[in-house]
Order: sequence, then C-alpha cells, then structure tokens
Amino acid sequence: MNEVGGVARLLVLWVPDWPVLAHARAHRLSVDAPLALVDTGTVFACSGRARAEGVVRGQRIREAQSRCPRLQVVRYDPALDARAFEPVLAGLEQALPGLHPLRPGTVAVRARGPARYYGGEQAAALTVLGTVAELGVSVARVGIAHGLFAAERAARAAPPLERVTIVPSGGTAAFLAPLPVSLLEEPELVSLLPRLGIRTLGGFAALDAQDVVARFGPLGARLHALAGGRDPRPATPRIPPRDVDAQVDFEPAIDRVDQVAFGVRVTSDDFVNALLAQRLVCTALRVELVGERGETSERVWLHPRSFSAAEVVDRVRWQLQGAMHGDAGIAGELRSPVARVRLSPEAVDPVGAHERGLWGTGPDETVHSGLSRVQGMVGHRGVLTATASGGRSPAERQTLVPWGDRPLRSRDPQKPWPGTLPPPAPATVYELPRQIAVLDAGGRPVAVDERGELSAPPASIHGTGPGATGSRRSVTAWAGPWPLEERWWDAEAARSAHRFQAVDGDGVAWLLVLDGDGWWAEGRYD
Amino acid sequence: MQRTRLDTRSLPTHPALGELLPGGALEAGGSYAVGDSTMLALALLQGPSAAGSWCAVVGVPDLGVEAAAGLGIDLERLVLVPHPGEQWLSVVSALIDVVPVVLVKPPTREGRVRIGDAAASALASRLRQREAVLVSLGEWPRSDARLTVTESNWAGIGAGFGHLAARQVTVSSTSSSWAGRAKSRRLWLPGPDQRMDTVVARDAAPRVDADRPEMRSIAG
Repeated sequence: MNEVGGVARLLVLWVPDWPVLAHARAHRLSVDAPLALVDTGTVFACSGRARAEGVVRGQRIREAQSRCPRLQVVRYDPALDARAFEPVLAGLEQALPGLHPLRPGTVAVRARGPARYYGGEQAAALTVLGTVAELGVSVARVGIAHGLFAAERAARAAPPLERVTIVPSGGTAAFLAPLPVSLLEEPELVSLLPRLGIRTLGGFAALDAQDVVARFGPLGARLHALAGGRDPRPATPRIPPRDVDAQVDFEPAIDRVDQVAFGVRVTSDDFVNALLAQRLVCTALRVELVGERGETSERVWLHPRSFSAAEVVDRVRWQLQGAMHGDAGIAGELRSPVARVRLSPEAVDPVGAHERGLWGTGPDETVHSGLSRVQGMVGHRGVLTATASGGRSPAERQTLVPWGDRPLRSRDPQKPWPGTLPPPAPATVYELPRQIAVLDAGGRPVAVDERGELSAPPASIHGTGPGATGSRRSVTAWAGPWPLEERWWDAEAARSAHRFQAVDGDGVAWLLVLDGDGWWAEGRYD
Repeated sequence: MQRTRLDTRSLPTHPALGELLPGGALEAGGSYAVGDSTMLALALLQGPSAAGSWCAVVGVPDLGVEAAAGLGIDLERLVLVPHPGEQWLSVVSALIDVVPVVLVKPPTREGRVRIGDAAASALASRLRQREAVLVSLGEWPRSDARLTVTESNWAGIGAGFGHLAARQVTVSSTSSSWAGRAKSRRLWLPGPDQRMDTVVARDAAPRVDADRPEMRSIAG
C-alpha cells in the first residue's frame, strides 16, 4: 500500500543546522563553538551551543551577543549554503536517484524504489544515513511518511539517537494531530487559530473542509489538507546538472603568474567550448586557486556580456596578481605556489541572448572591448568607474569600482549626511592627504582647543610632507573650524577632526583638516 | 596662421568655452592644454559628456568625482585610469580608439612634461583618425589651444566666516591660429549652482563681493 489518496510515500533527509555546518566548514570554524549566521541584522541560524545559551532565530545581533558574549557572528551567504550542499546531493544520487532538493540541507525522494531495493523502509533510511555520513554529515535525520509535509515533520521529529522516524501508512493524520499549528508557517493563520481555540494540527484538521474554505479561502483549504496529512505536492526528481567545471593541476606547483596563465589557456578554451556545446555562455565566473599548502583563493568575476577564453585567462592572471598582494574582494591569500586552478560558471545565459547583432555592434560594446584591453595592460583594478556615495569627507563621497564589477553602494548619497560641507566640491581630492603646516601671523602653528576655539587666525600654509618643495602660500581668506565627530562607537572607523577652507594668494582654495596627527590638505578647489 | 585641416567635425562644447577655442568649439582630432586647473579641464569635458559621449581620465589619481558630477559630467560614462604607470602611451592610445574625449595628465620628470614630439604626433594622428579630443592637464606639444586661469576670486568666504560658494575666474587662451594674440573671458567656475557659466557684465564692475557672503551654518 504505497499510495493513499494519490499521495506518494516520501523519504525526507534533513540535516539539522545545515547552514551553520556549511559556513563553519567554509570559514574553518568549529561547529561546537557558539556560532550564529546573520542576515540583514538578525540571526538566521545558530549552532546548538549558541542555542543552548539562548540565541534563537530572528533575534537581533546585539541581543544574541548579550545572551552569549562569546558568540561568533558570520554573515549568511545563501550561495555558499547551496554550493556546500551540492557534493552531498551528488553523493546521495549515487545511492538513490531522483532526488528532489527542497532547500540546502533538506532533500526528498520517493520512498518506494529505495524501500524495495534495500529491503524495507528502515533499511533504506539507514542506507541514506550511512551514505551522508561517508560524505562527512553525521548528524542527519530521516523521516518517511505520506506527503512532503508529514515526511519533513517526521524527519524533524526523529530522536537524536535513532535518527529515523517512519510514519506507518494510514497513520499520517494521527502523527500530525498532536503537533502545534505554528508548523504551518503561515503568519496570519498561525496567530489566528490559537485565538479560536485551535492549537494542534489535529484540531485544525477536524474542522469541516467546507467551513475552512468559506472562512479562510483557498490558502486555508491547502493548509487544512496539509494538517490532515493530504499533501498534494509531489517529489519532482531533479535533473543533475552536467559538470562543466574545468580544472588544471600543476605538478610541480608553479609560482610564476605568466606560467599559470599559459597553463590555463587550453583549459579555458575547453571550458568556454564545453559551455557553448550546451548552448550556454558564462556571465559570471568563479576562479578558485589552490596553493601547494592547501590554502585557497577564490573570487567571482562578472562580465557585462560573456566571457571569451582569453578573458577567462585574464581573470585568472588578475586574481593571481591580486592574491599575491592581498587584494580586497578576493577571499583568501596565496602564500605558496599554485597547485590547482579551478574554473566554474557562477551564472550562465543561453547563447542566443548574447549573439552579436547582424549589423555590427553598438557603440557601448566597442567601449567595453577597448576598456577590457586597457584592463589587460594595467590590471583589473587599473580601470575604474566612479559613482557618488554618501559621506562627510570628499574622499568618502566617491566610490571607485573596477570596470565590469557590480557597483556596491554601501552609503546612500541621497541621505542627508549632516555635517557635509556645502557645494561646490573640490576638483582635486587627494588620494593620500598631503601633510602641511598652518601657521599664524607670528609663525606659530595654529591649533584648536577643546572648546573649538582657534588659537590664532591662519596666515600661511606650508607644504611639509614628502615631495613638498617647501612652498609657502599666504592665506587671504579662510573659514572654519567645522568640527567632525564620526562613528565614535567604532574604534576602527572613528574620526575626530576640524575642517577649514582657505584661499591662498593665487586664488586657489584648499580644504584643510586638523586632526590628532596634525594638519592635512584633503582637497584643492583648483 | 591658416588652419591645418579641412572641414573638421566639432564636438558639443559649452558656449562659455567655445569663444576661447579656435573654431568656436572642441574640434575632433584636436588637443588642448589646460594649465593647472582641474576644474577648467573638467569643464572642457562637460559639453561632450552631457551630449552622450564617453570620457576617460588618465593619470589623475586625485580627481574629485563629485566636482565632475557637479559640473554636469555623466559618471555613467566616465572611465578613470588613475595609475597607468609605464604603459601611459599605450593606455592613452587604446582609450583614444574607443573614447571620444580623453583627459590626460602627462607624466612629468623633474617638473617638465615628458612627452616627446614623436609620441605627441603619433597620438595626434590617432586623434584625427578616430575624431577624438585630447585635453591635457599640463603642457602638451603643438596643442590647438592653451587655456590658463589667470585670475581667480572666491565668493562666500571671508576672514574667518562664510564658506566657499562660487568662483569667478578669468580664463585666457592662446592659440597658434590667432597669431600670438590671447583671448580671455570671465567665467563662473563653478557658479552658485556648481555649473560653469559666463559672467554677465553689468554697469558696475561685477566683482565678487567678499564682504557680504551668503551665511550658512555648518554643523559637525
């Protein structure tokens, strides 16, 4: 008896706290340590140890930290979560085909096939647990029941030692009956039903179906069916993705950038051609470099159109150059010669969407290919585009992003930013502020006391830093000091300074800043 | 001196600057030298950028992007190569191929511009071929015009009060096609609205009134 009312019997494998496990592995943290994953300021998932200390899902970081001061906080990355589950799926597929991944850490499969093959449902469940244990996941649970909802609940209800719950055929409704209605995960109904005196799924299922439709509409009817153990959702077997990753191993490891670039040339040709054979092009490329001592450096490279083989080689070269200099945006640093290069497509598009026009290419496409050429000469970070961003100093008010990368806007320029100097903005914003000395008429350095009072009006500006030619400029007009106290709560980014504007004898205006280290020229209105 | 080229295409130029340029506008294939004023160099880029051209800035790591945007340069179509290093010449020629307006700061050695005549004429022929314009922040050999700021007065700031609000400059331009004569114009650079504009002369001398600045509080 495998089908009850058209509902298939399903086996669900559930890995408790899978996101925590995946992130702990990726960041090389211990799963036993108190660990929390945060997404948009709230706890998304936490390790068992953290939960024991009172951290729960949906809590704000600060509250979680106050409950568990030793909490390690890691930003939740859904892509990492899914990527880490991929090897588990691939391994499971060897043992039982036709998997239906529900989310990273949870997978369903029709139970009939495995139960027949392995000689019973219990045996099939134990085989599944054995398979994932071989893949390094030792905490998984299995539930077998009619319908996805019940099977998943069964997997979650499995006791930690036995790790398997099998809900007998026809016992689905009885299994679900004592469970709380909050499991329906429908905020409106979950808050309403207890107020109507319905606290368990059994109580909800006992209502007349007609009445439920009349009162709660189609959504209520669907949830009513779930509570009654009649889950209409089938398990749809996934089609395993074809492996298009390319990998080059260097034996012995290579420590020269040009040699590595030469070594990946043929492979990147094959990589692009293999995608083309499936009528795909790669629009985002993940390059993973593995050093001789096992350290990795990985980064996703974006492309406004699609990668050609030569561009793939370029990205590998830039990443190597960046990884050697500890460039931002690249996770990990290489300290030993490169033993392996791995290319995988992070995003693909059908080739048809990227076909060149019949009558030549648009003007922006020419610009893009020309700028890519320049990037080939001066490196990825050598060609930049600029966007306006928010901030109080001119250097903060501009963000430079390498050509081809997605601009990340962390500070909104539309926000008011009180304390910003009014326009106009300086036409020269020094990449590195220049050290200067500001003297009063008597030749003494100008200072600002605690009350914001100036010791004497500034009379002259002198270049003192390296490269300055000892020039002296007399001040004809000046204004300030305007105090700036920023981010005092963050020791790293805190900034306390006084700002001045000054016009020199040539009519050139300067933006001067006085902080704890002395006077600096931050910009020039030239 | 007669013009060296026949019917050249001109790029859209701000009318305030057009009067200072030979031919009345930026001419495709031309090179222009600007003496030590980033704002003036950016003002030359503003016309083509507002009309939809791409612009590139090479070798100016200290460019104030906000000032460029304030002048009306479209940041979406602005590309920066702050540190071209030893590949200066090949980067500039590669950019000229695809970008119609290129602002460069020529590399200097001991205070003197290090661009040889050969390199300059190679770039000049490339500019003509691609109908691009080169603006140099510093001396440039055989430039079509040389613009400098000869006088600059700030408005809004006094001895310890106010803040920088607007500036009037006198820009003078020399060109080989004017037989040694110089032209000069009085411009707002930037004006009170951050844009560039011609100073409209009134009966009295329209000098900047530094004694009565616009008051505005700045809180930290």
